[in-house]
Amino acid sequence: MAISFENALGIHQKALEVRVQRAEVLANNLVNADTPGFKARDIDFKAILGGVQSGQQPGGQLAMSTTNGKHLPQGGNDGLAGSSELLYRVPSQPSIDGNTVDTQQELAEFTKNTMQYQASFQLLSGKFKALNNAIRGE
Amino acid sequence: MSLTNIFDIAGSGMAAQSLRLNTTASNIANADSASSSTDEVYRARKPIFSAIQQDVMSQALGGQPGAMSGGLSASQGVQVEGIIESDAPLNMRFEPDHPLANDGGYVMYPNVNVVEEMADMLSASRSFQTNVSVMDSAKTMMQRLLTLGQ
Repeated sequence: MAISFENALGIHQKALEVRVQRAEVLANNLVNADTPGFKARDIDFKAILGGVQSGQQPGGQLAMSTTNGKHLPQGGNDGLAGSSELLYRVPSQPSIDGNTVDTQQELAEFTKNTMQYQASFQLLSGKFKALNNAIRGE
Repeated sequence: MSLTNIFDIAGSGMAAQSLRLNTTASNIANADSASSSTDEVYRARKPIFSAIQQDVMSQALGGQPGAMSGGLSASQGVQVEGIIESDAPLNMRFEPDHPLANDGGYVMYPNVNVVEEMADMLSASRSFQTNVSVMDSAKTMMQRLLTLGQ
């Protein structure tokens, strides 16, 4: 019986991937806190992970099947993140130059995301430890 | 690995903010640089920030548009489009004894608002700090990732 990493690791590797992507988007918001006209963006983590769990394209779209190597993929590279999941944040205090970044809010989200990343990491690490134990059989 | 992108993003922000600090320092330093003509007088300088669009950046790297982070089309960092000189009215003072006074006895002083510059300086240094802490978080996340399975 072969060990399947895909089955053994479960949702955690996808979760970790989404956390990294979200960190990137939030870092981008923070960096553009002084850019006129910049609109803060964010990823809907729940929608993406829900799509991964049910094996469907997120956002309520029907998945297109590709039967030829020349077919363009729908959304992202592995069905994880199409551009439809990159949403705009509803501004609480929009500034006069059209910028909607609230530094405090973004920093709080970024820190929260980092902690959630560590949680996902811990779970993934645990899976690897379990596999190691299974292989050694101690 | 898109964690390395965060370093680029935060780095671009730090570069932009330090340039903004640079212009602020220059403005404050020259706040009292007098001149006898309106053409030669120092004018307050302001950087213009704009978001770097991801598609442009990934094309420059030879990849497909939107290939950098799995189809996400967020912009990637910030860039300084250029530095403009302020159009605010110059500060004309009647000082006939001044060696730089023109025929009418007026001396031109820069249109630098020192209070505004101080506020700008605080804002730039806070934004810089935010970028540093983002980079620090990204570093921690990456170091964590390297210990996977240990």
